[in-house]
Amino acid sequence: MTAALLSLSGVSLAFAGNTVLQNVDFQVAEGAVVSLIGPNGAGKTSLFNCITGFYKPQTGTITFDGQALLKLKPHRVTAAGIARTFQNVRLFREMTVMQNVMSGMHCRTRSGAIAAILGLPSQRAEEAAIREACDDCLRFVGVTPDEYDRIATTLAYGHQRRVEIARALATQPKLLLLDEPAAGLNAGEKQELIALIRRIRDERGISVLLIEHDMGLVMQVSERISVLDHGAMIADGTAREIQANPKVIEAYLGQEDAEAELDF
Amino acid sequence: MSLLDIISHQLVNGLVLGSFYALVALGYTMIFGVIKLLNFAHGDLYMVGGFLGFLSLSAVSSVVGADWPGIFVAMFLSMIAVGFIGVVIERVAYHPMLAAPRLSILITALAVSLVLQNTVLALTGGQYTAFQTDLGFGGLNLGSLFISYNQMVLVATAGVLMIALHLFVNRTQFGRAMRAVSIDMDMSQLLGINVSAVIAVTFFIGSALAAAAGTMAGAYYGSIWYFMGFLIGLKAFTAAVIGGIGSIPGAMLGGLILGLLEAFGTQIPFIGSEWKDVFSFAVLILVLVLKPTGLLGKSEQERM
Repeated sequence: MTAALLSLSGVSLAFAGNTVLQNVDFQVAEGAVVSLIGPNGAGKTSLFNCITGFYKPQTGTITFDGQALLKLKPHRVTAAGIARTFQNVRLFREMTVMQNVMSGMHCRTRSGAIAAILGLPSQRAEEAAIREACDDCLRFVGVTPDEYDRIATTLAYGHQRRVEIARALATQPKLLLLDEPAAGLNAGEKQELIALIRRIRDERGISVLLIEHDMGLVMQVSERISVLDHGAMIADGTAREIQANPKVIEAYLGQEDAEAELDF
Repeated sequence: MSLLDIISHQLVNGLVLGSFYALVALGYTMIFGVIKLLNFAHGDLYMVGGFLGFLSLSAVSSVVGADWPGIFVAMFLSMIAVGFIGVVIERVAYHPMLAAPRLSILITALAVSLVLQNTVLALTGGQYTAFQTDLGFGGLNLGSLFISYNQMVLVATAGVLMIALHLFVNRTQFGRAMRAVSIDMDMSQLLGINVSAVIAVTFFIGSALAAAAGTMAGAYYGSIWYFMGFLIGLKAFTAAVIGGIGSIPGAMLGGLILGLLEAFGTQIPFIGSEWKDVFSFAVLILVLVLKPTGLLGKSEQERM
Protein backbone atom coordinates (compact mmCIF):
# COMPACT_ATOMS: atom_id res chain seq x y z
CA MET A 1 0.00 0.00 0.00
CA THR A 2 1.31 3.41 -0.94
CA ALA A 3 1.63 6.28 1.50
CA ALA A 4 -1.55 7.85 2.81
CA LEU A 5 -2.52 11.04 1.03
CA LEU A 6 -5.20 11.89 3.56
CA SER A 7 -5.04 10.68 7.11
CA LEU A 8 -7.49 11.25 9.95
CA SER A 9 -6.50 10.20 13.40
CA GLY A 10 -8.67 10.22 16.52
CA VAL A 11 -11.11 12.75 15.07
CA SER A 12 -14.06 13.50 17.37
CA LEU A 13 -16.74 16.07 16.71
CA ALA A 14 -19.72 17.06 18.83
CA PHE A 15 -22.38 19.72 18.53
CA ALA A 16 -23.81 20.93 21.84
CA GLY A 17 -22.98 17.63 23.49
CA ASN A 18 -24.30 15.45 20.66
CA THR A 19 -21.56 13.24 19.38
CA VAL A 20 -21.32 13.33 15.60
CA LEU A 21 -17.96 11.64 15.10
CA GLN A 22 -16.11 9.64 17.70
CA ASN A 23 -12.45 8.84 17.53
CA VAL A 24 -12.39 8.30 13.77
CA ASP A 25 -9.23 6.92 12.18
CA PHE A 26 -9.34 6.92 8.43
CA GLN A 27 -6.97 6.96 5.49
CA VAL A 28 -7.04 7.52 1.77
CA ALA A 29 -4.01 6.19 -0.05
CA GLU A 30 -2.47 8.16 -2.89
CA GLY A 31 -4.14 7.22 -6.16
CA ALA A 32 -6.95 5.28 -4.52
CA VAL A 33 -10.70 5.32 -5.02
CA VAL A 34 -12.24 4.95 -1.58
CA SER A 35 -15.91 4.92 -0.57
CA LEU A 36 -17.40 5.96 2.71
CA ILE A 37 -20.72 4.30 3.40
CA GLY A 38 -23.09 4.11 6.33
CA PRO A 39 -26.73 4.58 7.27
CA ASN A 40 -28.31 8.02 7.10
CA GLY A 41 -27.10 10.24 9.92
CA ALA A 42 -23.94 8.22 10.45
CA GLY A 43 -21.79 11.33 10.12
CA LYS A 44 -20.45 10.91 6.59
CA THR A 45 -21.11 14.45 5.41
CA SER A 46 -19.85 15.80 8.75
CA LEU A 47 -16.61 13.95 8.11
CA PHE A 48 -16.37 15.70 4.73
CA ASN A 49 -17.02 19.02 6.43
CA CYS A 50 -14.18 18.34 8.88
CA ILE A 51 -11.80 17.56 6.04
CA THR A 52 -12.72 20.72 4.12
CA GLY A 53 -12.38 22.90 7.20
CA PHE A 54 -16.02 23.85 7.75
CA TYR A 55 -16.29 21.94 11.01
CA LYS A 56 -13.53 22.03 13.57
CA PRO A 57 -13.32 18.70 15.43
CA GLN A 58 -12.69 18.95 19.16
CA THR A 59 -9.92 16.36 19.08
CA GLY A 60 -7.78 14.55 16.56
CA THR A 61 -5.62 15.45 13.60
CA ILE A 62 -6.19 15.55 9.87
CA THR A 63 -3.11 15.42 7.68
CA PHE A 64 -3.16 15.87 3.93
CA ASP A 65 -0.09 15.54 1.76
CA GLY A 66 2.14 16.10 4.79
CA GLN A 67 0.24 19.21 5.89
CA ALA A 68 -1.93 19.61 9.01
CA LEU A 69 -5.36 20.68 7.80
CA LEU A 70 -7.21 21.58 10.96
CA LYS A 71 -5.72 25.04 11.31
CA LEU A 72 -6.55 25.97 7.74
CA LYS A 73 -9.56 27.95 6.56
CA PRO A 74 -11.70 26.26 3.91
CA HIS A 75 -10.19 28.20 1.00
CA ARG A 76 -6.69 27.19 2.12
CA VAL A 77 -7.76 23.55 2.25
CA THR A 78 -8.85 23.88 -1.37
CA ALA A 79 -5.55 25.51 -2.24
CA ALA A 80 -3.79 22.58 -0.56
CA GLY A 81 -5.50 20.29 -3.08
CA ILE A 82 -8.88 19.05 -1.85
CA ALA A 83 -12.06 19.69 -3.83
CA ARG A 84 -15.58 18.52 -3.14
CA THR A 85 -19.02 18.33 -4.69
CA PHE A 86 -22.34 18.28 -2.91
CA GLN A 87 -25.20 15.88 -2.49
CA ASN A 88 -27.51 18.46 -4.00
CA VAL A 89 -25.85 20.17 -6.94
CA ARG A 90 -24.65 23.61 -5.87
CA LEU A 91 -23.81 25.43 -9.06
CA PHE A 92 -23.83 29.20 -9.02
CA ARG A 93 -27.23 30.35 -10.21
CA GLU A 94 -27.22 33.06 -12.88
CA MET A 95 -23.73 32.09 -14.02
CA THR A 96 -23.05 30.27 -17.25
CA VAL A 97 -21.48 26.83 -17.35
CA MET A 98 -18.13 28.37 -18.29
CA GLN A 99 -18.27 31.04 -15.58
CA ASN A 100 -19.09 28.40 -12.99
CA VAL A 101 -16.04 26.36 -13.90
CA MET A 102 -13.85 29.46 -14.14
CA SER A 103 -14.72 30.41 -10.56
CA GLY A 104 -13.09 27.12 -9.56
CA MET A 105 -9.75 28.41 -10.87
CA HIS A 106 -9.62 31.26 -8.40
CA CYS A 107 -7.01 29.81 -6.07
CA ARG A 108 -4.78 28.83 -9.02
CA THR A 109 -4.52 32.30 -10.49
CA ARG A 110 -1.96 34.88 -9.56
CA SER A 111 -3.33 38.19 -10.74
CA GLY A 112 -4.66 39.81 -7.60
CA ALA A 113 -7.36 42.37 -7.13
CA ILE A 114 -5.09 45.29 -8.07
CA ALA A 115 -4.13 43.84 -11.44
CA ALA A 116 -7.78 43.01 -12.06
CA ILE A 117 -8.95 46.53 -11.21
CA LEU A 118 -6.34 48.01 -13.51
CA GLY A 119 -7.02 45.44 -16.24
CA LEU A 120 -3.33 44.82 -16.82
CA PRO A 121 -2.24 42.85 -19.91
CA SER A 122 -0.93 40.06 -17.67
CA GLN A 123 -4.43 39.76 -16.33
CA ARG A 124 -5.87 39.42 -19.83
CA ALA A 125 -3.38 36.71 -20.72
CA GLU A 126 -4.23 34.88 -17.55
CA GLU A 127 -7.93 35.17 -18.34
CA ALA A 128 -7.32 33.37 -21.64
CA ALA A 129 -5.27 30.67 -19.91
CA ILE A 130 -8.05 30.16 -17.36
CA ARG A 131 -10.60 29.74 -20.13
CA GLU A 132 -8.44 27.16 -21.84
CA ALA A 133 -7.92 25.14 -18.66
CA CYS A 134 -11.65 25.21 -17.95
CA ASP A 135 -12.45 24.13 -21.48
CA ASP A 136 -10.18 21.15 -20.85
CA CYS A 137 -12.01 20.25 -17.61
CA LEU A 138 -15.42 20.55 -19.26
CA ARG A 139 -14.45 18.35 -22.22
CA PHE A 140 -12.98 15.84 -19.79
CA VAL A 141 -16.32 15.36 -18.03
CA GLY A 142 -18.18 15.30 -21.34
CA VAL A 143 -19.78 18.72 -21.53
CA THR A 144 -19.79 20.02 -25.10
CA PRO A 145 -18.82 23.60 -26.06
CA ASP A 146 -22.36 24.42 -27.22
CA GLU A 147 -23.41 24.25 -23.56
CA TYR A 148 -20.67 26.55 -22.22
CA ASP A 149 -22.68 29.76 -22.45
CA ARG A 150 -25.93 28.40 -21.09
CA ILE A 151 -26.99 29.34 -17.57
CA ALA A 152 -25.72 26.35 -15.63
CA THR A 153 -28.90 25.66 -13.67
CA THR A 154 -30.92 25.29 -16.89
CA LEU A 155 -29.00 22.16 -17.93
CA ALA A 156 -30.40 18.68 -17.42
CA TYR A 157 -29.67 17.41 -13.92
CA GLY A 158 -27.09 14.85 -15.02
CA HIS A 159 -25.22 17.54 -16.92
CA GLN A 160 -25.29 19.87 -13.93
CA ARG A 161 -23.51 17.17 -11.97
CA ARG A 162 -20.85 16.95 -14.66
CA VAL A 163 -20.37 20.70 -14.58
CA GLU A 164 -20.02 20.52 -10.81
CA ILE A 165 -17.34 17.87 -11.16
CA ALA A 166 -15.60 19.96 -13.84
CA ARG A 167 -15.64 22.94 -11.48
CA ALA A 168 -14.12 20.82 -8.72
CA LEU A 169 -11.44 19.61 -11.18
CA ALA A 170 -10.69 23.22 -12.09
CA THR A 171 -9.36 23.79 -8.58
CA GLN A 172 -6.63 21.28 -9.60
CA PRO A 173 -7.07 18.94 -6.63
CA LYS A 174 -5.03 15.96 -5.57
CA LEU A 175 -8.06 14.53 -3.79
CA LEU A 176 -11.66 14.82 -4.94
CA LEU A 177 -14.48 14.36 -2.43
CA LEU A 178 -17.78 13.38 -4.04
CA ASP A 179 -20.88 13.52 -1.85
CA GLU A 180 -23.48 11.14 -3.30
CA PRO A 181 -22.53 11.75 -6.93
CA ALA A 182 -25.04 9.17 -8.20
CA ALA A 183 -28.09 10.65 -6.45
CA GLY A 184 -30.79 11.35 -8.99
CA LEU A 185 -28.96 9.75 -11.91
CA ASN A 186 -30.51 7.05 -14.07
CA ALA A 187 -28.86 3.68 -14.71
CA GLY A 188 -27.08 4.81 -17.87
CA GLU A 189 -25.77 7.95 -16.23
CA LYS A 190 -24.51 5.91 -13.30
CA GLN A 191 -22.41 3.76 -15.64
CA GLU A 192 -20.99 6.93 -17.18
CA LEU A 193 -20.23 8.23 -13.70
CA ILE A 194 -18.31 5.05 -12.84
CA ALA A 195 -16.27 5.47 -16.02
CA LEU A 196 -15.68 9.14 -15.21
CA ILE A 197 -14.49 8.39 -11.66
CA ARG A 198 -12.03 5.86 -13.04
CA ARG A 199 -10.77 8.30 -15.64
CA ILE A 200 -10.33 11.01 -13.01
CA ARG A 201 -8.03 8.68 -11.12
CA ASP A 202 -6.27 7.02 -14.08
CA GLU A 203 -5.82 9.98 -16.42
CA ARG A 204 -5.53 12.84 -13.96
CA GLY A 205 -3.95 10.99 -11.05
CA ILE A 206 -6.51 12.39 -8.63
CA SER A 207 -7.49 10.24 -5.64
CA VAL A 208 -11.23 9.99 -5.08
CA LEU A 209 -13.19 9.66 -1.85
CA LEU A 210 -16.92 9.24 -2.26
CA ILE A 211 -19.97 9.02 -0.07
CA GLU A 212 -22.59 6.95 -1.82
CA HIS A 213 -25.74 5.01 -1.07
CA ASP A 214 -25.85 3.18 -4.39
CA MET A 215 -24.11 -0.03 -3.35
CA GLY A 216 -23.79 -1.33 -6.90
CA LEU A 217 -21.73 1.73 -7.81
CA VAL A 218 -19.73 1.59 -4.59
CA MET A 219 -18.82 -2.07 -5.08
CA GLN A 220 -17.82 -1.53 -8.71
CA VAL A 221 -15.70 1.55 -8.33
CA SER A 222 -13.97 1.44 -4.95
CA GLU A 223 -10.76 -0.27 -4.01
CA ARG A 224 -11.47 0.19 -0.35
CA ILE A 225 -14.64 0.86 1.57
CA SER A 226 -14.98 2.33 5.04
CA VAL A 227 -18.19 2.06 7.01
CA LEU A 228 -19.33 4.71 9.44
CA ASP A 229 -22.16 4.11 11.91
CA HIS A 230 -23.29 6.46 14.67
CA GLY A 231 -20.12 8.47 14.19
CA ALA A 232 -17.75 5.55 14.63
CA MET A 233 -15.74 3.73 12.00
CA ILE A 234 -16.97 0.14 12.26
CA ALA A 235 -15.32 -1.52 9.29
CA ASP A 236 -12.74 -0.97 6.61
CA GLY A 237 -11.75 -3.26 3.75
CA THR A 238 -12.32 -4.34 0.18
CA ALA A 239 -15.79 -4.68 -1.28
CA ARG A 240 -15.79 -8.43 -0.63
CA GLU A 241 -14.70 -8.03 2.99
CA ILE A 242 -17.33 -5.38 3.67
CA GLN A 243 -20.11 -7.44 2.15
CA ALA A 244 -19.28 -10.29 4.50
CA ASN A 245 -18.78 -8.19 7.62
CA PRO A 246 -21.50 -8.93 10.21
CA LYS A 247 -21.09 -5.51 11.87
CA VAL A 248 -21.91 -3.80 8.60
CA ILE A 249 -24.95 -5.97 8.01
CA GLU A 250 -26.09 -5.18 11.53
CA ALA A 251 -25.59 -1.46 11.08
CA TYR A 252 -27.72 -1.45 7.95
CA LEU A 253 -30.42 -3.88 8.92
CA GLY A 254 -30.61 -3.73 12.69
CA GLN A 255 -29.83 -6.45 15.14
CA GLU A 256 -32.72 -8.84 14.55
CA ASP A 257 -31.94 -9.13 10.88
CA ALA A 258 -28.22 -9.58 11.33
CA GLU A 259 -28.44 -13.02 9.83
CA ALA A 260 -30.14 -11.77 6.69
CA GLU A 261 -28.13 -11.36 3.56
CA LEU A 262 -27.36 -7.72 2.84
CA ASP A 263 -28.62 -6.95 -0.61
CA PHE A 264 -25.68 -5.38 -2.35
CA MET B 1 -41.42 77.01 -22.11
CA SER B 2 -42.85 74.47 -24.44
CA LEU B 3 -43.60 70.95 -23.30
CA LEU B 4 -40.64 69.61 -25.26
CA ASP B 5 -38.33 72.07 -23.50
CA ILE B 6 -39.59 70.97 -20.12
CA ILE B 7 -39.12 67.33 -21.00
CA SER B 8 -35.57 67.74 -22.30
CA HIS B 9 -34.63 70.03 -19.42
CA GLN B 10 -35.87 67.57 -16.81
CA LEU B 11 -34.23 64.73 -18.70
CA VAL B 12 -30.84 66.37 -18.13
CA ASN B 13 -31.62 67.14 -14.49
CA GLY B 14 -32.80 63.60 -13.98
CA LEU B 15 -29.66 62.15 -15.52
CA VAL B 16 -27.42 64.19 -13.21
CA LEU B 17 -29.40 63.28 -10.12
CA GLY B 18 -29.69 59.69 -11.31
CA SER B 19 -25.91 59.43 -11.73
CA PHE B 20 -25.39 60.31 -8.07
CA TYR B 21 -28.09 57.90 -6.98
CA ALA B 22 -26.69 55.13 -9.16
CA LEU B 23 -23.12 55.51 -7.88
CA VAL B 24 -24.25 55.32 -4.27
CA ALA B 25 -26.80 52.57 -4.99
CA LEU B 26 -24.03 50.42 -6.49
CA GLY B 27 -22.23 50.24 -3.17
CA TYR B 28 -25.47 49.44 -1.39
CA THR B 29 -26.28 46.63 -3.74
CA MET B 30 -22.75 45.17 -3.90
CA ILE B 31 -22.40 45.06 -0.13
CA PHE B 32 -25.86 43.56 0.20
CA GLY B 33 -24.81 41.03 -2.42
CA VAL B 34 -21.79 39.67 -0.57
CA ILE B 35 -22.84 39.84 3.09
CA LYS B 36 -26.61 40.42 2.90
CA LEU B 37 -26.28 43.62 4.90
CA LEU B 38 -28.16 46.83 4.23
CA ASN B 39 -25.27 49.11 5.01
CA PHE B 40 -27.11 52.14 6.31
CA ALA B 41 -23.76 53.85 6.86
CA HIS B 42 -23.24 53.93 3.11
CA GLY B 43 -24.80 57.36 2.59
CA ASP B 44 -22.45 58.71 5.22
CA LEU B 45 -19.47 57.42 3.25
CA TYR B 46 -20.76 59.60 0.42
CA MET B 47 -20.70 62.51 2.87
CA VAL B 48 -17.18 61.66 4.10
CA GLY B 49 -16.18 61.35 0.44
CA GLY B 50 -17.45 64.89 -0.14
CA PHE B 51 -15.39 66.24 2.75
CA LEU B 52 -12.23 64.34 1.84
CA GLY B 53 -12.69 65.43 -1.77
CA PHE B 54 -12.93 69.01 -0.56
CA LEU B 55 -9.80 68.67 1.60
CA SER B 56 -7.92 66.99 -1.27
CA LEU B 57 -8.93 69.74 -3.65
CA SER B 58 -7.71 72.38 -1.21
CA ALA B 59 -4.40 70.54 -1.03
CA VAL B 60 -3.88 70.05 -4.76
CA SER B 61 -5.60 73.11 -6.28
CA SER B 62 -2.41 75.18 -6.19
CA VAL B 63 -0.80 72.60 -8.51
CA VAL B 64 -3.61 71.37 -10.74
CA GLY B 65 -6.19 74.12 -10.27
CA ALA B 66 -9.76 73.77 -9.06
CA ASP B 67 -11.42 73.07 -12.40
CA TRP B 68 -12.27 69.55 -13.58
CA PRO B 69 -8.64 68.27 -13.65
CA GLY B 70 -8.21 69.30 -10.02
CA ILE B 71 -11.58 67.84 -9.09
CA PHE B 72 -10.63 64.55 -10.73
CA VAL B 73 -7.40 64.37 -8.73
CA ALA B 74 -9.32 65.22 -5.55
CA MET B 75 -11.98 62.66 -6.42
CA PHE B 76 -9.35 59.98 -6.97
CA LEU B 77 -7.66 60.71 -3.62
CA SER B 78 -11.02 60.76 -1.87
CA MET B 79 -12.00 57.44 -3.48
CA ILE B 80 -8.81 55.75 -2.26
CA ALA B 81 -9.15 57.17 1.27
CA VAL B 82 -12.86 56.38 1.63
CA GLY B 83 -12.26 52.94 0.11
CA PHE B 84 -9.87 52.19 2.95
CA ILE B 85 -12.27 53.68 5.50
CA GLY B 86 -14.93 51.31 4.16
CA VAL B 87 -12.56 48.35 4.54
CA VAL B 88 -11.71 49.36 8.11
CA ILE B 89 -15.41 49.75 8.98
CA GLU B 90 -16.07 46.27 7.63
CA ARG B 91 -13.16 44.75 9.56
CA VAL B 92 -13.92 46.48 12.84
CA ALA B 93 -17.71 46.71 12.91
CA TYR B 94 -19.17 44.12 10.56
CA HIS B 95 -16.72 41.23 10.28
CA PRO B 96 -17.07 40.12 13.92
CA MET B 97 -20.85 40.18 13.41
CA LEU B 98 -21.05 38.07 10.25
CA ALA B 99 -22.21 34.97 12.10
CA ALA B 100 -24.71 36.97 14.18
CA PRO B 101 -28.36 37.42 13.18
CA ARG B 102 -28.89 39.94 10.36
CA LEU B 103 -30.74 42.31 12.66
CA SER B 104 -27.70 42.74 14.92
CA ILE B 105 -25.47 43.70 12.02
CA LEU B 106 -28.14 46.06 10.70
CA ILE B 107 -28.15 47.88 14.04
CA THR B 108 -24.35 47.96 13.89
CA ALA B 109 -24.65 49.70 10.53
CA LEU B 110 -26.94 52.34 12.04
CA ALA B 111 -24.37 52.87 14.79
CA VAL B 112 -21.58 53.29 12.24
CA SER B 113 -23.74 55.84 10.45
CA LEU B 114 -24.17 57.85 13.66
CA VAL B 115 -20.44 57.67 14.41
CA LEU B 116 -19.55 59.01 10.96
CA GLN B 117 -22.15 61.79 11.05
CA ASN B 118 -21.27 62.93 14.53
CA THR B 119 -17.55 62.82 13.91
CA VAL B 120 -17.95 65.20 10.99
CA LEU B 121 -20.48 67.25 13.00
CA ALA B 122 -17.94 67.67 15.78
CA LEU B 123 -15.18 68.59 13.34
CA THR B 124 -17.20 71.09 11.31
CA GLY B 125 -19.53 72.45 13.99
CA GLY B 126 -22.48 71.48 11.81
CA GLN B 127 -21.89 74.37 9.42
CA TYR B 128 -22.25 74.15 5.66
CA THR B 129 -18.79 74.14 4.14
CA ALA B 130 -18.46 75.95 0.82
CA PHE B 131 -16.95 73.62 -1.78
CA GLN B 132 -15.16 76.21 -3.85
CA THR B 133 -14.15 75.35 -7.38
CA ASP B 134 -13.25 77.16 -10.55
CA LEU B 135 -15.91 75.35 -12.54
CA GLY B 136 -17.18 77.45 -15.40
CA PHE B 137 -20.75 78.14 -16.43
CA GLY B 138 -20.29 77.23 -20.08
CA GLY B 139 -22.42 74.78 -21.90
CA LEU B 140 -24.11 73.77 -25.08
CA ASN B 141 -27.26 75.37 -26.43
CA LEU B 142 -29.31 72.82 -28.28
CA GLY B 143 -32.19 74.90 -29.50
CA SER B 144 -33.77 76.19 -26.33
CA LEU B 145 -32.18 73.46 -24.23
CA PHE B 146 -29.04 74.34 -22.33
CA ILE B 147 -26.74 71.61 -21.05
CA SER B 148 -23.78 72.76 -19.00
CA TYR B 149 -20.37 71.22 -19.56
CA ASN B 150 -20.36 70.37 -15.87
CA GLN B 151 -23.46 68.26 -16.24
CA MET B 152 -21.93 66.47 -19.22
CA VAL B 153 -18.64 65.72 -17.48
CA LEU B 154 -20.47 64.55 -14.41
CA VAL B 155 -22.76 62.13 -16.21
CA ALA B 156 -19.89 60.90 -18.38
CA THR B 157 -17.66 60.29 -15.34
CA ALA B 158 -20.41 58.36 -13.60
CA GLY B 159 -20.87 56.38 -16.82
CA VAL B 160 -17.16 55.55 -17.08
CA LEU B 161 -17.04 54.39 -13.46
CA MET B 162 -20.07 52.18 -14.00
CA ILE B 163 -18.66 50.67 -17.20
CA ALA B 164 -15.36 49.99 -15.40
CA LEU B 165 -17.24 48.29 -12.58
CA HIS B 166 -19.27 46.24 -15.03
CA LEU B 167 -16.11 45.05 -16.82
CA PHE B 168 -14.41 44.28 -13.53
CA VAL B 169 -17.30 42.20 -12.24
CA ASN B 170 -17.98 40.32 -15.46
CA ARG B 171 -14.61 39.96 -17.13
CA THR B 172 -12.13 39.28 -14.37
CA GLN B 173 -11.44 36.38 -12.09
CA PHE B 174 -11.84 38.58 -9.02
CA GLY B 175 -15.18 39.91 -10.21
CA ARG B 176 -16.32 36.37 -10.80
CA ALA B 177 -15.26 35.50 -7.26
CA MET B 178 -17.34 38.43 -6.05
CA ARG B 179 -20.41 37.14 -7.86
CA ALA B 180 -19.70 33.63 -6.61
CA VAL B 181 -19.54 34.84 -2.99
CA SER B 182 -22.81 36.73 -3.41
CA ILE B 183 -24.54 33.60 -4.70
CA ASP B 184 -23.12 30.97 -2.33
CA MET B 185 -20.51 31.93 0.24
CA ASP B 186 -19.75 28.43 1.54
CA MET B 187 -19.39 26.96 -1.93
CA SER B 188 -17.05 29.80 -2.86
CA GLN B 189 -14.77 28.93 0.03
CA LEU B 190 -14.69 25.33 -1.13
CA LEU B 191 -13.55 26.52 -4.52
CA GLY B 192 -10.59 28.20 -2.90
CA ILE B 193 -11.98 31.73 -2.92
CA ASN B 194 -10.72 33.85 -0.03
CA VAL B 195 -14.08 35.20 1.08
CA SER B 196 -12.62 37.73 3.53
CA ALA B 197 -10.54 39.26 0.74
CA VAL B 198 -13.55 39.40 -1.58
CA ILE B 199 -15.63 41.13 1.10
CA ALA B 200 -12.84 43.64 1.72
CA VAL B 201 -12.49 44.46 -1.98
CA THR B 202 -16.26 44.83 -2.29
CA PHE B 203 -16.32 47.35 0.56
CA PHE B 204 -13.38 49.17 -0.99
CA ILE B 205 -15.04 49.51 -4.37
CA GLY B 206 -18.50 50.32 -2.99
CA SER B 207 -17.13 52.99 -0.66
CA ALA B 208 -14.91 54.46 -3.37
CA LEU B 209 -17.90 54.84 -5.70
CA ALA B 210 -19.82 56.65 -2.95
CA ALA B 211 -16.81 58.94 -2.44
CA ALA B 212 -16.72 59.70 -6.17
CA ALA B 213 -20.37 60.70 -6.04
CA GLY B 214 -19.80 62.74 -2.85
CA THR B 215 -16.90 64.69 -4.33
CA MET B 216 -18.71 65.39 -7.59
CA ALA B 217 -21.92 66.38 -5.80
CA GLY B 218 -19.97 68.73 -3.52
CA ALA B 219 -18.26 70.34 -6.48
CA TYR B 220 -21.48 70.54 -8.50
CA TYR B 221 -23.79 71.93 -5.81
CA GLY B 222 -21.05 74.01 -4.16
CA SER B 223 -21.53 73.02 -0.54
CA ILE B 224 -21.17 70.08 1.81
CA TRP B 225 -22.35 69.33 5.34
CA TYR B 226 -22.37 66.47 7.78
CA PHE B 227 -25.97 65.43 7.13
CA MET B 228 -25.80 65.38 3.32
CA GLY B 229 -25.45 61.59 3.24
CA PHE B 230 -28.67 60.80 5.05
CA LEU B 231 -31.22 61.50 2.37
CA ILE B 232 -29.12 60.28 -0.54
CA GLY B 233 -28.46 57.09 1.43
CA LEU B 234 -32.19 56.48 1.62
CA LYS B 235 -32.64 57.43 -2.03
CA ALA B 236 -29.82 55.12 -3.09
CA PHE B 237 -31.40 52.35 -1.05
CA THR B 238 -34.66 53.06 -2.89
CA ALA B 239 -32.83 52.95 -6.20
CA ALA B 240 -31.20 49.64 -5.30
CA VAL B 241 -34.58 48.16 -4.35
CA ILE B 242 -36.22 49.45 -7.54
CA GLY B 243 -33.51 47.80 -9.61
CA GLY B 244 -33.48 44.65 -7.50
CA ILE B 245 -31.20 44.62 -4.48
CA GLY B 246 -28.05 42.60 -5.09
CA SER B 247 -28.13 43.27 -8.83
CA ILE B 248 -25.40 45.58 -10.15
CA PRO B 249 -27.12 46.53 -13.43
CA GLY B 250 -30.28 46.91 -11.34
CA ALA B 251 -28.66 49.54 -9.13
CA MET B 252 -27.54 51.54 -12.18
CA LEU B 253 -30.98 51.30 -13.73
CA GLY B 254 -32.75 52.00 -10.45
CA GLY B 255 -30.61 55.09 -9.82
CA LEU B 256 -31.32 56.54 -13.25
CA ILE B 257 -35.04 55.73 -13.03
CA LEU B 258 -35.32 57.34 -9.61
CA GLY B 259 -33.41 60.44 -10.75
CA LEU B 260 -35.66 60.82 -13.79
CA LEU B 261 -38.84 60.15 -11.80
CA GLU B 262 -37.91 62.84 -9.30
CA ALA B 263 -37.05 65.33 -12.00
CA PHE B 264 -40.30 64.74 -13.83
CA GLY B 265 -42.26 64.40 -10.59
CA THR B 266 -41.60 68.06 -9.85
CA GLN B 267 -43.46 68.94 -13.06
CA ILE B 268 -46.70 67.27 -12.14
CA PRO B 269 -49.32 70.00 -11.64
CA PHE B 270 -50.10 70.80 -8.01
CA ILE B 271 -47.10 68.80 -6.84
CA GLY B 272 -44.26 71.17 -6.14
CA SER B 273 -40.62 70.22 -5.92
CA GLU B 274 -40.91 70.11 -2.12
CA TRP B 275 -42.88 66.90 -2.63
CA LYS B 276 -40.16 65.11 -4.58
CA ASP B 277 -38.96 63.03 -1.63
CA VAL B 278 -42.51 61.90 -0.93
CA PHE B 279 -42.71 61.03 -4.59
CA SER B 280 -39.60 58.80 -4.54
CA PHE B 281 -40.54 56.98 -1.39
CA ALA B 282 -44.04 56.42 -2.71
CA VAL B 283 -42.35 54.77 -5.69
CA LEU B 284 -40.37 52.59 -3.27
CA ILE B 285 -43.57 51.44 -1.59
CA LEU B 286 -45.19 50.76 -4.97
CA VAL B 287 -42.24 48.65 -6.09
CA LEU B 288 -42.21 46.72 -2.82
CA VAL B 289 -45.91 46.00 -3.21
CA LEU B 290 -45.99 45.19 -6.91
CA LYS B 291 -42.59 43.65 -7.58
CA PRO B 292 -40.68 43.07 -4.33
CA THR B 293 -37.68 41.60 -6.15
CA GLY B 294 -37.19 44.81 -8.12
CA LEU B 295 -36.92 45.23 -11.88
CA LEU B 296 -33.81 43.09 -12.42
CA GLY B 297 -33.79 41.15 -9.16
CA LYS B 298 -34.23 37.42 -9.04
CA SER B 299 -36.36 35.75 -6.44
CA GLU B 300 -34.37 33.76 -3.94
CA GLN B 301 -35.44 30.18 -4.11
CA GLU B 302 -33.95 27.87 -1.58
CA ARG B 303 -33.43 24.51 -3.16
CA MET B 304 -33.89 21.61 -0.83
